[in-house]
Amino acid sequence: MEARRGRIDLTPDRPSFAERLRLSYMDPWMLTTAIVLIAFSVFTLGSATQDDIPGQPLYFTFRQALYGLIGIAVMIAVARFDYTRLREVRIGLYSLMIGSILMVFLFGAAARGSRRWIELPYFRFQPSELAKVILIVALAGFAIEMTRRMDDPRRTIRLVLLGFFPAVLVFLQPDLGTAIVLGFITLTILFLSGTPWKHLVAIGGVILALGALVLVAAPAVGVPVLRAYQQERLTSFLSPSANPADAGYQVNQALIAIGSGGKTGRGEDSTQADLRFLPERHTDFIFAVIGERFGFLGAGFVICLYALLIWRALRLLIQSKNFYGTLVVGGIAAMLLFQVFVNIGMNLGLMPVTGITLPLMSYGGSSVLVTFLAIGLMQAVHVQMRLEPGDGANNTPLR
Amino acid sequence: MYMREPGRSEAEQSRLAVRVAVFAGLAVVLFAVGVLRLWQLEILNGDDYLQQANDNRIAEIRVQPPRGKVVDRDGKILVSNRTRNELRVTPVELPPPGPELKAEIRSLSQVTGIRYLDLKKKLKPENADVPGGAVILSQDLGLEKVFYLRENRDRFPGVDVERVFVRDYPRGYLAAHLFGNVGEVTAEQLELPRYRGLRQGDLVGQSGIEYEYDRFLRGAPGATRIQVDSLGNTRGTLADKPATAGQNVRLTIDSDLQATGEAALSSFGLPGAFVAMDPRTGEILAMGSTPTFDPAIFTRPITESQYRQLTAKQNDAPLANRAIQGLYPPASTFKLITATAALEEGLITPQTVVEDTGELTIDTISFKNAGDRVYGPIDMVDALRVSSDVYFYKLGLEAGASGDGGQIQDWAKLYGLGETTGIDLPAETEGLVPNPKWRNQLFSEALTDRPWTDGDNVNLSVGQGDMQTNPLQMAVAYSAVANGGTVVTPHLAQSIETVTGETIEEVLPAAKRQIEFSPGTRETLLDGFEQALQKPTGTAYQVFGNWKVPVAGKTGTAERGTDVPDQSWFAAMAPAGNPEIVVVATIERGGFGADAAAPVVARILEAYFEIPQVPSAVGRSGAVSD
Repeated sequence: MEARRGRIDLTPDRPSFAERLRLSYMDPWMLTTAIVLIAFSVFTLGSATQDDIPGQPLYFTFRQALYGLIGIAVMIAVARFDYTRLREVRIGLYSLMIGSILMVFLFGAAARGSRRWIELPYFRFQPSELAKVILIVALAGFAIEMTRRMDDPRRTIRLVLLGFFPAVLVFLQPDLGTAIVLGFITLTILFLSGTPWKHLVAIGGVILALGALVLVAAPAVGVPVLRAYQQERLTSFLSPSANPADAGYQVNQALIAIGSGGKTGRGEDSTQADLRFLPERHTDFIFAVIGERFGFLGAGFVICLYALLIWRALRLLIQSKNFYGTLVVGGIAAMLLFQVFVNIGMNLGLMPVTGITLPLMSYGGSSVLVTFLAIGLMQAVHVQMRLEPGDGANNTPLR
Repeated sequence: MYMREPGRSEAEQSRLAVRVAVFAGLAVVLFAVGVLRLWQLEILNGDDYLQQANDNRIAEIRVQPPRGKVVDRDGKILVSNRTRNELRVTPVELPPPGPELKAEIRSLSQVTGIRYLDLKKKLKPENADVPGGAVILSQDLGLEKVFYLRENRDRFPGVDVERVFVRDYPRGYLAAHLFGNVGEVTAEQLELPRYRGLRQGDLVGQSGIEYEYDRFLRGAPGATRIQVDSLGNTRGTLADKPATAGQNVRLTIDSDLQATGEAALSSFGLPGAFVAMDPRTGEILAMGSTPTFDPAIFTRPITESQYRQLTAKQNDAPLANRAIQGLYPPASTFKLITATAALEEGLITPQTVVEDTGELTIDTISFKNAGDRVYGPIDMVDALRVSSDVYFYKLGLEAGASGDGGQIQDWAKLYGLGETTGIDLPAETEGLVPNPKWRNQLFSEALTDRPWTDGDNVNLSVGQGDMQTNPLQMAVAYSAVANGGTVVTPHLAQSIETVTGETIEEVLPAAKRQIEFSPGTRETLLDGFEQALQKPTGTAYQVFGNWKVPVAGKTGTAERGTDVPDQSWFAAMAPAGNPEIVVVATIERGGFGADAAAPVVARILEAYFEIPQVPSAVGRSGAVSD
């Protein structure tokens, strides 16, 4: 296709299917990485969850593959889309996001004491997942709006409030993990949009003070802000316990699973996952399953894929021809980096158990679809960059 | 401008570059931390975690090995194993009160023969051995009943029959004192290196041979290994590790000789003990103690009252092995030591004639011969033959004693008195060889009424006073003179054998020391001991005179207080010229040495030399001895 472009061709032939999908304008590294990750997830689920639901050995595998395919379709569809238009509708998007989170409080399905999902036919949707992406595109729009008054504290305060409002709502569901992701996204967009350092330092100070208040001061005076299990999760990774109901036990089992994998993994001899010592092995702790089955090689491979994804995102962030694209990509990169590190860190006993999924690896429709949506947005930035009229050098996809 | 921004300014671009670099740096650090941690877990500590994963999934059910057998020197089984079927009912697993429970208790009542109402009372959860545990209804359920319960398992919820390995004693009471009991290893024992590798619930020897040779008898527990999931459900079995049966211990005991000795000893119905030993090697051929007990009593949980009966003084403490735990004055059998000391220390020569006036007075106390006899002028051999006390009193008076030693005391120690013999049994007593320092110390602490006097040494010379020993120590002492001076270490085990009877290890304990006798000393002693049994004037002639096998020996009659009958002692060796067996017996309240202890020794020697028993040889009347 690329060759054809450079040639003078008088017969206007119909663009191929691939061309219409603008596949050639996408970042192939990012595309490949995303597809390999979801494929690896399906493969891992296929080998590790066969006994989970009696009579349906491929229950999780099949569903994850379906989510993957839909996700890839969503990614390709979004990639064609001129993302800059999202800036115009940022207020509408923002309102939609807040609305959907509020919907959960009204119609949400409760599980383990928290309301996070809305039951749809065939599907159980988790608005807080989608909220992450909507917040990125909306907040990036708000951030650009006021670039001329960068030093005005009101700009910073306004953006912080816009970002932290949905975070607080999600926290109240309660879903501490996603709330923290939303907060991290907000901070990253503030940071990349050029907020002055002293504003950033001030925000950091306020967050630290709030954290101390929530974790230490409030419980001391009898106002528990965190639920008991959240508190326990945050503290228990410092002192693992033997109680299977404890987060400490879960982390312990995850460590045993990963450690026992050794260099090349235990393959079919895996027992931590197969005999159910490892909790939540198809979602939060899937990285431990990979560590046990495929060892350092397999787990290291997965980490490399994420590193590759982040590298491509950061590269795109610099290259984007408009600042809105930069901030959108930056927000997505922050979201991915944060989720990957917190989830893998939790599996490795470095971070507390927070229930944050591992993008594209953890089983779950909302997570997979939203991640592909996010990657699709990054691809859209890439595609727009390639379509940008200007000097001829831009016409060949950058490698 | 709104939709499409023009190129950013250079300042903006460089600011963005800095911030992206910061962000990228953060990403690099986070990924590096993740990979390093992954390296640490999987590459550096992988084996540890694999072990933990296996500990998670593999549950081991310990399989107890059968303990090794104990056999006599000819391979006859003395201790082996049998299985017992315990009927256990777990009250918390019984049906709730109602017709179902009533029906089950009624059936159980028929099976066990326990009355319905008693059974109902017994099957309360508070009667279980541990909370939520079982009540044992029968410790040894008959096989037909076991099969009946197995076939009707569904009708008996909460009822289990458990097979338990227990010690079996095919010879009943024979040698009961030697074996000791087997019991669960205690928490304190698990701390000791001796019990390394054992776990709670494992069985170990707690006394006797079972204790002494536990590491051979014990065997190695095996395990049935099963794979379990996180809920404890079995997910298949893994390779079993079979239990290794314990090794057998072959004793030096001759069970026929043992039976003969026990029968002879118990015929008096008095507490006592005997030891038959090969003086050349220290092999114990027979060792018995009365009263005795059924060793199988320890195969069941023993009640407190049973234990009290086994140890109570008024029952003569059947559990005590008097052969190694008795603390007795040896009386005239001690003259072996006094005579040796006198000859070796030059207090007297074999030929020296001493006038036995029947009495020796020190200060105001008069020491007399037994039966107020007067032997006139006698030498050493005569003195041993007739057992003149006055002769030895004089030696005792002459022998010096100061501090913690003395001429007699030192020789007693050389012969092995006052210290444990080192036999392969636990709980042996040391006995006591009294000396001035010891008694004066007691006196200074007001634990006795007087300090050491010459009278103490006079008492010691005839094995009375504070002197304490046990039959085994005396057997070791007589063995030393019999074998030419070797103080042997007595032992009950001959060898450790495999299950199929091949010898793994011979038990050959080193001798304790060698006594160098001056020329003539041993001959004089043996001459005296031989005449005591062979000459009509000897103290035990009525028992051993005219035997086909020449026997040498010494009687003893120990005074145990004014109201208590004397204790009978006898020590013998045979054949007199070159002894291959030494036998020592003592019977509390048995009277003269020749009347009780000597006949017991005679029965053992008859059995050993296969001498047909002549009933008339046992004369008990008329003879005055000691």
